[in-house]
Amino acid sequence: MKRSLPQLAVNGALILIAGLTLFPLLWMASVSLMPPGAASSYPPPMWPAHPTLENYHELFSHGQMGRRFLNSLGIATAATLLSLTFNVSAGYAFAKLQFPGRARIQRLMVGALVIPAQVAMLPLFLMLKTMGLVNTLAGVLVPWLAGVFSIFLVRQHAATVPDEILEAARLDGAGEIRIFLQIVVPLLTPILATLAVFTFLGAWNDFMWPLIMLNDGHLYTLPVALASLSREHVQDTEMMMAGSVVTVLPVLILFLVLQRFYFQGTTSGAVKG
Amino acid sequence: MTPARAGILLAAPALCVIAVFFFIPVAIALALSVTDFDIYALADIANLRFVGLRNYIDLLSTPLFWQALGNTLYFASVGVPLSIGASLGAALLLNSRLAWARGFFRTALFAPVVTTLVAVAIIWRYLLHTRYGLINYGLSRLGFAPVDWLGDPHIAMPAIILFTVWKSFGYNMVIFLAALQGIPETLNEAASLDGAGAWARFRHVTLPMLGPTLLLVSILTIAGFFQLFAEPYVMTQGGPAQSTVSVLYFMYEMGFKWWNLGTASAVAFVLFLMMFAVTLVQMAVARKVAPP
Repeated sequence: MKRSLPQLAVNGALILIAGLTLFPLLWMASVSLMPPGAASSYPPPMWPAHPTLENYHELFSHGQMGRRFLNSLGIATAATLLSLTFNVSAGYAFAKLQFPGRARIQRLMVGALVIPAQVAMLPLFLMLKTMGLVNTLAGVLVPWLAGVFSIFLVRQHAATVPDEILEAARLDGAGEIRIFLQIVVPLLTPILATLAVFTFLGAWNDFMWPLIMLNDGHLYTLPVALASLSREHVQDTEMMMAGSVVTVLPVLILFLVLQRFYFQGTTSGAVKG
Repeated sequence: MTPARAGILLAAPALCVIAVFFFIPVAIALALSVTDFDIYALADIANLRFVGLRNYIDLLSTPLFWQALGNTLYFASVGVPLSIGASLGAALLLNSRLAWARGFFRTALFAPVVTTLVAVAIIWRYLLHTRYGLINYGLSRLGFAPVDWLGDPHIAMPAIILFTVWKSFGYNMVIFLAALQGIPETLNEAASLDGAGAWARFRHVTLPMLGPTLLLVSILTIAGFFQLFAEPYVMTQGGPAQSTVSVLYFMYEMGFKWWNLGTASAVAFVLFLMMFAVTLVQMAVARKVAPP
């Protein structure tokens, strides 16, 4: 392979940037394996001299980390399933089924896109409080039920389903719901995967809403637990890094496995990161 | 069942949820912002009083609100250009025919985007540690004095900006990359034949072709930067000297620490108006620069 100067410059720059993006993550993993106190020395150690799982053990045995991991997993999974159920059917209806008021509702929803979600947070808190859902995992799930971005993402892809297929099925006597479930949903599988990955990562990483909703430590999701730990245990670098690994690793693995679907979502430009 | 009926049946659940859990709360937020809803009203709604625009007027004479506004604008006006610049630069490198392992680099550069903000903010808090942090260690090796990254009111916000650019540039990078790949190769070749150098090609071919993407990306990025919250919550708790209190952080403390939900709702609407105004300005500028 011929190596020119511009080629070395381009790849050198890429290697440098990749180093900058990956280093903090690798450092996190390395410090999480150090015994308590080892990271607070000068010069800062890069590798654990004596790797240990002590921090993880401490987090899971005394820090309720297992419970919180399950909270996060449960919320992200439920958010994904609910969001798929609500948004896929609505997205298909907006793309292919003419019903009265459709255009007007669609305009209203585009308008809603400019309103930041935080505007709704305070009243939503009060509403859920009267419903007895504050300080419950169900309350954390509420904003994930249906979303305008997700509906538009599905709509954009459902619009590409050929009308002839739907008409042929109708002529064959298939009902509308059967057409949706047996013909449309299978055709939309790739975008459903995209929506699922986005929702799962979004719900797993979400911070502000669960922070508002949850008071009891045993209901905390991982990000809320981590933020509260980091305020109590400022000095325990190694344990905080272990907590960060437990929080970040699942989504990082999920992303690595399903990145094809993830990138499909970012480039269709209709989904908020 | 007719298609119209099926349409209503399939759309109704999502629309009801959005109406009940988004549109109604937004309307209530507007109503709350003209009341004195506080901890007494939370205990007994009979204590609620209509106060007109007093919350908004009071905000204007609250120094911390102005500081939060200033901090947020500072964060966005420095952070957004840096972030978009980094995204575009990285996308150009990745799109270069000279790049070796594109797939690997794309994934590596994108990785911070999918990580949990709270977790990586904690990592960065330790990287930025004044005594034991690796960043200060690196600086000391280069002969610089240690920097009190998160403890100096003048440096805490730049440190948070640095972290946010690291966390977020990958997202727009992928969008730019897709746009760059949509630019026909022939355009660049034609410009080359006309004697255009790399910079001229970038300036007169690539950049104009990226126009619509640039507009979309900058609107979404500014909106995202205006929603600064978790970074100060985890890294600085709004300090030092309130130099990292953002509008949303202020709203959170007002609403959920002091239970002044009326005032907090007013803050939420100010944030909304800011974002809306920026979007309008950008659309207007875009129309002027490149009429449709």
